[in-house]
Amino acid sequence: MIIPLEHLLVFGAFLFAAGIYGALTRRNILGILLSIELILNAVNVNLVAFSRSTSLSPETGQIFALFVMALAAAAAVVGLAIVLALFRIRKTVWTDEINLLKW
Amino acid sequence: MILLPCLIPLLPLAAFAVNLFFGKRLRARAAWVSVATSSISCLIAFYCIATVVRTGTMKAQWVWIMLENTPLRFGYLIDPLACVLLFVVTVVGTLIQVYSAGYMHDDPRFTRFFAYVSLFMSAMLTLVIASNYVLFFMAWEVMGLCSYFLIGFWFEKPSAADAGRKAFLVTRVGDVGFLAGLMTLFAVTRNLDFESLGASAQAGGPLLAVAALLIFCGTIGKSAQFPLHVWLPDAMEGPTPVSALIHAATMVAAGVYLVARSFPLFEIFPDVLTVVAITGTLTAFMAAFIALTATDIKKVLAYSTISQLGFMVAALGLKGYGAGTFHLMTHAFFKALLFLGAGSVIHGTGTQDLREMGGLFGKMRHTALTFLAGSLAIAGVPPLSGFWSKDEILAAAYQSGHGIIYYVLLLTAFMTAFYMFRLVFMAFFGKPRSPGIHAHESPAVMTVPLWILAAGAVLIGLPGSPLMGNWLGRFLAGPHTHGEHALNLVVMFSSILAGLGGILLAWLFYVRAPQLPGIVARRASLLYRMSLNKLWFDEIYHVLIVRPFCFLADLLYGFDQKAIDGIVNETGLATVRTSRLKAWIDTYLVDGTVNLVGALVQLSSALVRRIQTGFVQHYLLMILAGILVLIFLEFRP
Repeated sequence: MIIPLEHLLVFGAFLFAAGIYGALTRRNILGILLSIELILNAVNVNLVAFSRSTSLSPETGQIFALFVMALAAAAAVVGLAIVLALFRIRKTVWTDEINLLKW
Repeated sequence: MILLPCLIPLLPLAAFAVNLFFGKRLRARAAWVSVATSSISCLIAFYCIATVVRTGTMKAQWVWIMLENTPLRFGYLIDPLACVLLFVVTVVGTLIQVYSAGYMHDDPRFTRFFAYVSLFMSAMLTLVIASNYVLFFMAWEVMGLCSYFLIGFWFEKPSAADAGRKAFLVTRVGDVGFLAGLMTLFAVTRNLDFESLGASAQAGGPLLAVAALLIFCGTIGKSAQFPLHVWLPDAMEGPTPVSALIHAATMVAAGVYLVARSFPLFEIFPDVLTVVAITGTLTAFMAAFIALTATDIKKVLAYSTISQLGFMVAALGLKGYGAGTFHLMTHAFFKALLFLGAGSVIHGTGTQDLREMGGLFGKMRHTALTFLAGSLAIAGVPPLSGFWSKDEILAAAYQSGHGIIYYVLLLTAFMTAFYMFRLVFMAFFGKPRSPGIHAHESPAVMTVPLWILAAGAVLIGLPGSPLMGNWLGRFLAGPHTHGEHALNLVVMFSSILAGLGGILLAWLFYVRAPQLPGIVARRASLLYRMSLNKLWFDEIYHVLIVRPFCFLADLLYGFDQKAIDGIVNETGLATVRTSRLKAWIDTYLVDGTVNLVGALVQLSSALVRRIQTGFVQHYLLMILAGILVLIFLEFRP
């Protein structure tokens, strides 16, 4: 059975909205990082879905998704490293307690 | 070699600088700096005089300023006339400085005294060897300044300070005339050099006679001639060596020297010469008349100086060029001697009043003997120096044809002998009048110069006497051949008679019959009071000149105080008021605007910075909102 494109797009949109919501509302930095991963994966879903249904060569979208995953992994590494360094000096992971940039 | 004569005035100038700047460290040695430089100048002067005697006039000139193609030069001119003055000034000056080292010994301003004296020596020597009127006038003024400094040397005494001021102001009257005379002379002849004066003055008209008269004003002031003689008696407030050096031997003689220097100019105008002769005669007689009753030992000598200067001026006015210069030389010696002797008496007794002295002969033998020599010289007793020079002046007067002048001068010579021996008898003979005075002889540093000057006073007349064939007269004469006088026995005998008569009368009055002066004073009471009050010159000048000037000065002072100062103060106050207004505008308007701008910026930024919360998620939310807005704009129906 073939899942129609619309279902996949709705799913991707749901994932994206969940990611945005998480990124905006989470107090925990780790939560924000996870939410960002959700957003990236929503994009991946869209890429794969569009590549299967509309592209002449379906592999293009899949390879692009793989690149995004690799980049997400790299971004997560950098992000986690920052979080660790921050935790060492501030002893906290709550964003409302990290306000060094405030005026 | 050409610059050697320049050293004569420059050495004392160096001594002045040294004493001025290092006086505090030199202390007593300051005197020896001055004496040493003066002695070296004296030696150089002797060398120059010898050169002049052998080979004739020494001169050198350099261009100083160009005035429209007319060069103004400076340089030296040592002719026979300058030689006489060089000899007198360096010898007498050096001796007086040696004497001063003893006389001023305890003075707190010892070094300053010698600085001034050295400056004076420098100016006087510059004047003597100056080759033109401009340099002459500059030196003349510096001498006037030194005279002012030294008369007022003890300026703690108000009388000394006043005397200095009086001398300066009175001589200034003459100097203004002198300067105007120089300007007139320059305007007419375009020449101020002494050497070519005669040639350039030949062409001149009556304006040159005016110039000559104006130049003579300088002499009247500096040589204390009538009617500007009033400063010289007061100048006796200065230290006695100063009186000897400046106000007897050298500076006051500069006026006579000026006439002698300008003689080629005066010669052209017989009327001007007559004025000169009458002024001199009048001065000589008047001063001798006042000296008859003076009781201050230095005042007697001061009036005597005025009188003798009158003799010299009269001689020049009677064309006795050689006679006047000769008398200048002899007078410098015997008057310096008399003043230094008087200084020694004052040093030994502590008083200047003749009436308190008496019987000093036994106690101050050196001073008394030398003083006696000087008095005999000035009284005109042969063969002392004063006799020869005074005789020449009388001979010149006799030959000039002005009978009155001759007899007045003869009478003055008689009075001179009288007042000098009145002084001698009152001070050195008889019994001590004041028991409180314990006289003592002065130290050798003071008596040795006295003896040397006494030798000079006795012998210095010989070169000009018939005994040496009028050598000085012929040496001086050069171009002025009428300086020659045949031996005039009538004049000579009357001159001797006048001198001896005066001495005899003084002996009669003050030794033989001491009650006589009182009787004479009562009998000729008007004459006595005239002499005693110095012919009321000071009082007349006070009423006629000093009082109106003081009144005018007060008036101008009031005007200055009220009107000028008022305007200035009002201007100042107005400025203060406007600047207060400006300060208010500045504080409230200008600063207010600037502060308002700053406050507005602060206010708006306080609003805007609320957005910068520091929460990363807020920024993210704003980014989202922005994107949404963009999307909405993009897909707007």
